[in-house]
Amino acid sequence: MKAYWERIYNGIIKENPAFILMLGMCPTLAVTTSAINGLGMGLSSLVVLAISNVVISLLRKVIPDEVRLPAFIVIVASFVTVVELLMEAYMESLYASLGIYIPLIVVNCIILGRAEAYASKNPPLLSLFDGLGMGLGFTIALVIVGSIRELLGAGSIFGIALPGNFEPIAFFVRAPGAFLVLAVVVAIMNAIGIKTRANKVVEGCDGCCAKCGSSSCDKKEANV
Amino acid sequence: MSSLIMIIVTTALVNNVVLSQFLGICSFLGVSQQKKASLSLGLAVTAVLAVASLVAALLYQFVLAPLGLDYLKTIVFILVIAALVQMVEMFLKKNAHAIYQSLGIYLPLITTNCAVLGVALTNVQNEYTILESVVAGLGTAIGYTVAIVLLAEIREHIDEEAIPAPFRGAPIVLLCATLMAMAFMGFGGLS
Repeated sequence: MKAYWERIYNGIIKENPAFILMLGMCPTLAVTTSAINGLGMGLSSLVVLAISNVVISLLRKVIPDEVRLPAFIVIVASFVTVVELLMEAYMESLYASLGIYIPLIVVNCIILGRAEAYASKNPPLLSLFDGLGMGLGFTIALVIVGSIRELLGAGSIFGIALPGNFEPIAFFVRAPGAFLVLAVVVAIMNAIGIKTRANKVVEGCDGCCAKCGSSSCDKKEANV
Repeated sequence: MSSLIMIIVTTALVNNVVLSQFLGICSFLGVSQQKKASLSLGLAVTAVLAVASLVAALLYQFVLAPLGLDYLKTIVFILVIAALVQMVEMFLKKNAHAIYQSLGIYLPLITTNCAVLGVALTNVQNEYTILESVVAGLGTAIGYTVAIVLLAEIREHIDEEAIPAPFRGAPIVLLCATLMAMAFMGFGGLS
């Protein structure tokens, strides 16, 4: 049982995908104009991450090593499509505000990264908890960034307006505000001594798409 | 013709793929340390984006749409992109070895570059024709290359500055991106 909780803790705190590993930066910046959008995006990614982790883990002995990346991509893309269709049917307003970023969950480095680094090597139940942990960590990060931006940029939080006379700074819900908020959050984490792997971001292939990037590096080496 | 020019201006500057759409952030932050490398990546993305938007548009208009398989577009597009990247790589390796040497290591990264899938999906959403899709792909690629080369230029300069410790690494790069995004907001008046 302890191993399962360790996966959750690992995903939320120790290896928080957005803040510590600096993965999945596109949605972290793009859809965090409000706390509710961040929550919606985070939860959609969580669902895809958890289910695809389980399926990939179940199929880990069936999928041949050479074609594992395309196979993972197809599995992830299928679940993303399922989530997208469900969202379009039952949560239309969220679907409209997240727009193109829902299908783009497919290319979220976190999901392929976890498939490659964890689910393809571990049993299904552990992989499920790994997906849940990572998904929760990502959701929490998105809600934090979204709350800061909504608070400063629209003067509300989860759509509830702040009391008093606060003049919202629209800058924060525009594009540059996203970069600024993330820069300051990471700088604060650096200042209080939480080690991000942010500096690795600059190392090209093994920076960004840390896990999936490096797997394409392996692929690359195999081709050479 | 004027509508095509408008698409280029919109995709390259007004809705810059990195600085206002937040697509391809990973490589934007990751491969912008040196100008030379970032220019190579920009060119590789341009090649893949142009071909990928063409193939995706053809597939959508002649296969997916007539058969009513619209909901399969995400899966089909991502597979097409992955296959294309492999093919571009193989083609360059055989026929243009010098280019392959300089672009090679960046090509596999492009599969997970969300800009490519993003453009293919946006083209469908905007109901672009095949020609318009290719032009939008090219415009996006120009925007991506401009943004990443500019950032690399800035980063080469700030390398020697005394940056406060907490801002070293990713935060200062994100701050540069903040200022660039503010500058690009100015293009909003063009549309």
